[in-house]
Amino acid sequence: MAEFAFEPEPEVHLAPGESVKEISGRSPWQIAGRRLVRNRLAIASLVLFLLVVVCSFLAPVYAHDIAHTDPFTSNVSGTTVVNGQRVNVIQQGGGSLGIGETPIGPTWHSNYFVGADNQGRDVMARVLYGGRASLTIGIASALICCLIALVLGLLAGFFHGWVDAVLSRFMDLIWAFPVYLLAISLATVLLTKNTGLKFGPIHLSASSLWLPTLIIGFVYVPYVYRPIRGQVLSVREKEYVEAAISQGASSLRLMFAEIMPNVISTVIVLLPLMIATTVLTEAALSFLGIGVQAPKASWGTVIDDGQNLLYTRPAVAIVPGIMIVLTVLSLNVLGDGVRDALDPRAKVRARE
Amino acid sequence: MFAFIVRRLIGLVLVLFAISVMTFLIFFAIPGVDPARQLAGRNPDPTTIAAVRHQFGLDRPLPVRYALMMKRLFITRDLVSYGNQALQVVPAIKAATPVTFSLVFGAAVLWVVGSIVVGLVMVTFKGTFVDPLLMILALIGISMPVFWLGEVANLITQDRLHDTFLFSWVPPLGYVAFTSNPWQWFLHLIIPWITLSILYIGFYARVLRANLLEVQNEDYVRTARAKGLSPRRVLMKHMLRTSLITFVSLFGLDFGVLVGGGALLTEVVFGLPGVGLLTYHSLVALDLPVIMATVIYGAFFITIMSAVVDILYARLDPRIRPA
Repeated sequence: MAEFAFEPEPEVHLAPGESVKEISGRSPWQIAGRRLVRNRLAIASLVLFLLVVVCSFLAPVYAHDIAHTDPFTSNVSGTTVVNGQRVNVIQQGGGSLGIGETPIGPTWHSNYFVGADNQGRDVMARVLYGGRASLTIGIASALICCLIALVLGLLAGFFHGWVDAVLSRFMDLIWAFPVYLLAISLATVLLTKNTGLKFGPIHLSASSLWLPTLIIGFVYVPYVYRPIRGQVLSVREKEYVEAAISQGASSLRLMFAEIMPNVISTVIVLLPLMIATTVLTEAALSFLGIGVQAPKASWGTVIDDGQNLLYTRPAVAIVPGIMIVLTVLSLNVLGDGVRDALDPRAKVRARE
Repeated sequence: MFAFIVRRLIGLVLVLFAISVMTFLIFFAIPGVDPARQLAGRNPDPTTIAAVRHQFGLDRPLPVRYALMMKRLFITRDLVSYGNQALQVVPAIKAATPVTFSLVFGAAVLWVVGSIVVGLVMVTFKGTFVDPLLMILALIGISMPVFWLGEVANLITQDRLHDTFLFSWVPPLGYVAFTSNPWQWFLHLIIPWITLSILYIGFYARVLRANLLEVQNEDYVRTARAKGLSPRRVLMKHMLRTSLITFVSLFGLDFGVLVGGGALLTEVVFGLPGVGLLTYHSLVALDLPVIMATVIYGAFFITIMSAVVDILYARLDPRIRPA
């Protein structure tokens, strides 16, 4: 770094089919914003994702004003009106041998739109409520994960030495576990009935959505930490950081005011892909019974409820799965678009 | 090279030790579950709990308990399940391993072949409707939860279309050992293989496509074209071979993750009695020694696998051999 013959690196790369004129004189964020807005597929997927979010957060309105049901209490002896006739929600017979009980199938009316589950609860209302839980957990855990990874990556990359060694070895250790097994281990221990997590005054009960959120956020930290640490290592050698050091800037200032703005784009590129991943992980954990706990619903628990009804009432398992696919697909497409907009040359793995 | 391997192996041993400590701490040091209470049966009185605690050494200090646990897991290999004390953990995992291997191995063959074909088709037909269509299909593939896809596959092949000519050959869910009947082994696994591989076909095809598009501007590709090689030969012999380097390292890690427990959801949905299903059953019964053992097994497998990948990689490509 002793040379003074300094050549500014080209910080912005042209996207395919873009002219220099289009990006000259604009800030990197403006350029990225324009590119994203022009990417019709990315915008369409953003709209789709927001649509899923809005529908899910309107779940109470749907349950109360449209379906007129309470999706959290069982309604085994309830009735509903189909084609002007009053029918039982749980019907006798209908299994492969004509014995047992079968919940009502899709009525395509406001009440029991796609049918009921084993306990006579409205599946559509549960899917919407489930979406609220799944999306909350997915978004919150991705944010927590990125925040922790950003701070740790800044610390490790900025201080080098033993801080970096300790943090990076710990991240390698978490990395060595299969993500699902680590999440399963933590969830098994923390979500066992009647216990939960106690940290001094903070008590998280087993039914709190915070537990799965924190677990999922934690297990993915190394996947975001690694790229961020690498970037911090290279950014801290840049001239503007040296300039700030020569002005006597403190470590905190260097980390958060000089270096962070230059690595934040990596976080932004990873965020949609992380949400896609955490939504899938939440669904898997809830499907295994160690995510969201009954009577609360999430997409994963509704698929789990539908497993026993798979051959008689497949809609129970299929509908939440379609919601997951729509959400994750839209986030993956959006993530690709954001990546292309921020850094046309980057190769970020979707998933993993 | 020898020094590199030795260093990598020492690192490996340290990581394995750290993994076993961390797993042990997760299961036995986080307050919450009291294994003694669980072992003592329903509504135990305090004296029973204390007796059980002593019997299983749960009243000893943590480092001693760790050492005892690892001794029973790795040296005497007689660690028993807490839920069912006739179940020995190590033989149970040993019996389950071939099932997981069968599942992952077959799926791996499918996804390697499938993704190379899809990736090549995407690059060959770039600029036509085929490329974006396959891109979207690949994205849908990586966006589906594997357990949901498995349920849909079951719904179609076991029930809705089972009585038609399409899927009447599909046997009921379960597993038949290769050694007892290779044909039935194949039939039982074919739907799980396809289900598990779809995600990876989508993902690997995208990676391969990106790599192929990246190398197509390289000098050696231009040289190959300039000297008059057919486009197919340039694609297969020059572009594909270099693109496969990333592919191979990804493959090693993903294979390791799947054998190490990542195939759990597929095993649960299809009722395949592999390590994943064993983990799931012990999870439902909250059987801590078994879950701990399967997690350690999985993490060990992945770590060893990634060390092997590193060494192989250094063997293939001297540039990444650290000095």
